[in-house]
Amino acid sequence: MKSEVWIFAEQQDSKIKSVAYELVSEGRKLANGLGAALCAVCLGHQVQGIEQLIPYGADKVYLLDDPALADHDEDIYTRTLADLVRRYKPEIILAGATSLGQSFIPRVAALLQTGLAANCTSLEIDPESKILLQTRPAYGGSLMATMICPEKRPQMSTIRPHVFKRHRVDESRQGQIVHVDFDKGSVTSRTKVIQMIDDLTGKVKLEEADIIVCGGRGLGAAENFRIVTELAEVLGAALGSSRPPVDDGWIPYSHQIGQTGKTVSPKVYFACGISGAPQHLAGMQTSDVVVAINEDPRAPIFEVATYGIVGDLFKVVPLLITKLRQARA
Amino acid sequence: MKVAVCIKQVPETPTLEIDPQTNTLIRARGKMIINPFDMYALEEGIRLKEQYGGQATAISMGPPEAQEALREAIAFGIDNAIILSDPILDDCDTLATSYVLAKAIDKLGQPDIIICGRQTTDGDTGQVAPQLAEWLGLPFASYVSKIEEVREGRMRLQRMVDSGHQVIEMPLPAVISVVKEINLPRLPSLRGLMQSKKAPIPTWSARDLAVDASKVGLVGSATKVKMVFFPQREGGSELLQGSPESQVDQLLEKLREAKVI
Amino acid sequence: MEYFLNEQQKTIKSLARRIAEERILPARAELDEKEEFPWEIIKALADADMFRVFIAEEYEGLGGGCFDLCLVIEELSRACGGIAISYAADALGCLPLIHHGTEEQKEKYLPDVASGARLTAFALTESTAGSDASKIRTSATLEGSHYLLNGTKQFITNGGEAEIYTVIAMTDPAKGSRGSSAFVVEKNTLGFSFGKKEKKMGIRSSATRELVFRDCRIPQENLIGREGQGFIIAVRMIDRSRPGVAAQAVGIAQGALEAAVDYARQRVQFDHPISSFQAVQHMLANMATELEAARALVYAVAKTVDSGAKDYAEEAAMAKVFASDVAMKVTEDAMQIFGGVGYMRDYPVEKMMRDAKITQIYEGTNQVLRNAIALEVLKRKARRE
Repeated sequence: MKSEVWIFAEQQDSKIKSVAYELVSEGRKLANGLGAALCAVCLGHQVQGIEQLIPYGADKVYLLDDPALADHDEDIYTRTLADLVRRYKPEIILAGATSLGQSFIPRVAALLQTGLAANCTSLEIDPESKILLQTRPAYGGSLMATMICPEKRPQMSTIRPHVFKRHRVDESRQGQIVHVDFDKGSVTSRTKVIQMIDDLTGKVKLEEADIIVCGGRGLGAAENFRIVTELAEVLGAALGSSRPPVDDGWIPYSHQIGQTGKTVSPKVYFACGISGAPQHLAGMQTSDVVVAINEDPRAPIFEVATYGIVGDLFKVVPLLITKLRQARA
Repeated sequence: MKVAVCIKQVPETPTLEIDPQTNTLIRARGKMIINPFDMYALEEGIRLKEQYGGQATAISMGPPEAQEALREAIAFGIDNAIILSDPILDDCDTLATSYVLAKAIDKLGQPDIIICGRQTTDGDTGQVAPQLAEWLGLPFASYVSKIEEVREGRMRLQRMVDSGHQVIEMPLPAVISVVKEINLPRLPSLRGLMQSKKAPIPTWSARDLAVDASKVGLVGSATKVKMVFFPQREGGSELLQGSPESQVDQLLEKLREAKVI
Repeated sequence: MEYFLNEQQKTIKSLARRIAEERILPARAELDEKEEFPWEIIKALADADMFRVFIAEEYEGLGGGCFDLCLVIEELSRACGGIAISYAADALGCLPLIHHGTEEQKEKYLPDVASGARLTAFALTESTAGSDASKIRTSATLEGSHYLLNGTKQFITNGGEAEIYTVIAMTDPAKGSRGSSAFVVEKNTLGFSFGKKEKKMGIRSSATRELVFRDCRIPQENLIGREGQGFIIAVRMIDRSRPGVAAQAVGIAQGALEAAVDYARQRVQFDHPISSFQAVQHMLANMATELEAARALVYAVAKTVDSGAKDYAEEAAMAKVFASDVAMKVTEDAMQIFGGVGYMRDYPVEKMMRDAKITQIYEGTNQVLRNAIALEVLKRKARRE
């Protein structure tokens, strides 16, 4: 029997989340390395677009459809996924490190008494041992660790959205959708959702943003934050802050990035007037591209910056804004 | 009401050193503090006991130095603290760690609510709390941002999910992990600090906990660290030279090339 | 420099610092801007048992002395002088009760002070009586079993926010300075109201108000000590609290020095951080040296007070004069090092300079204190001859 690499295709409100396609693209490579089948597992009710997983690279989709699976009941999801694993015995399971993934996947791993590596940033199959090498950040990203799960199965990983890229679709790919029966009676759900309140901030959420513009003490004053706010607007980016401006009351705590604030991993991170103290780096150093603008050439931020500009941010940022606007026009 | 809070002592700003031959981490040095997220867990535990009466106990698995973290917890208002320390508990992954904590919770005598911080700043996994719940067979809620009410053996709380907030209800006993939005941790009091200096903190060894040796340490860990390394920034750091105008032009060109904007 | 703190003092100092850094620093600019009384920080101090430091154990305090109090005041002042003085004035306000109160009075008031449930204020100054305190006109007339208070006190720190006031009033004008007495008056007593809140140059988060007494009736038991002891109590209590004001000056200067050092290291001009210029280095050296000298004097005096010395007026005055002059100089120099941006209200140093100035004025102007010091010096010489 061909071994299987699974990805958990999370759905929200009956739509497959983007991270699932990212996992399929990455999972395809792993499956190829093992000579295994790539299967997506979807728990939900009347989920749309399952077939789309196949052109992205899935050979099979295990679909469980039931009203009880529509919402993210973690008791039900944990036991259901674990039961599926016991039945079909995949080699590897990948899941998105979403709020759902980070909550129930560890429980699945514990239930199956197997290993889990969270927030992996790269995955590969070791060519000799055929074991999954799971690389993930620790110490706020100051250190990378490559983990293995040598004996227990399945080998499990969660991956943050936007870490892997979704690849081009091959419409000619063939695959099958396997409807698996869901036995409602076998699982008791202990937690009851009374209310769901959607966040209506309207602005781009920091943790999900592709581009973040972050201001620091170098801005000098509360009103100077408008310079980075404007840059964020032009870029369609989210606005962040290091700790000192928050401490001084220039901007609310919800924008704080760092060890005692939010952790982000966008495609581009603009650090304006930020020195790069370790506590701040801990919140952003896994960003793909870091652009640092600071007038002090010895600022630690330049050590993690992809591109650094040593200069007066009050000259550089307005120029950046002007040129971006010109390009738009 | 019996509350148990699981805390971990972590380095504040660790200096990390890698052994070049084995590619493993030589112990991360630095001033040791209570894991920042655990401060919120402790505060919530103390508030629950203040509001509903009862006891709040802090437990921590770690080397003997972790007693300092537990002492600090007592200074905040935790009633008693226990350290789980034993050489055979070294090198536990999250599965083994949560197993040990579960044994300690059992020995404590089934608290009503078990609170953990969302994740630690060294491991960054966030896995221990949900795995602890699974070992104990208890209901679990992550990212708890507010405990609204505890009544008649049930708890109503708010938790943060990607798309917003949920209000959920669960039976006790239960395990929760909390986020920073839940409270503002208090400062220790002078009397608390002075009392904590004399407070006895018992050590529970592997034998006290009656752990199954095959489930702890390297042996009991499903995952192992193959190697560690310092992150390499792709392409390295490039300082753009020239006038501000030129620097900006170069930057935009590079960002467009990389297709990030 | 080593001040040989014991365990309890180290604990007190480090907790005070933590409160300053975690709670005061983020709030100080806004509180100063809005001239708001720092109730949330007062609550944090109370929860942390900080008010217990200056109350004896019998009254639910921790039994700390002048030294411990100075440790707290210095740490709080390093973050904000205005918030620190609200705490320090609270310690002064209850001193008359602590040292001259009856057992009943102490049991009635001190536990609430220790828990931070109620704040105190000390009221001596009037429009006609600043440095010349003997010219107070507020009267306290005994009528049956009550005293009737009439008059207006000026510039009272914590005025309006405190609930317990220790007030010096004339009971027998004919006797001059031996005709005043000390009383405790509670807020919400009929006939006791507050005048306007002053708009100050600095320490703006501290509340400074007039106290207005119009036929304010207080029970006879509210007399502190004996009739006629008013001034002696006032003078002694102010002597005792003077090191605290000196500690406030030291703290303000410390905050300013640190801010100047941070700025000088990161401000680059002429391709170098300005901290590499000798002119700046010499300024920093002088600031640091004078600050340490002030600190050493303050804590030496605090230890003297705690040793049970009967007379320390001269030393207390020296500490206050020296430390406050140093604070003014250090904050001015700090602003000079900041240069143009230091003048901008978005940077913390101009506030520090505004806060420092009052330390040269209140609790005895430095001129009056120099008079007093000179007299002591001359008296000593005269005695030796």
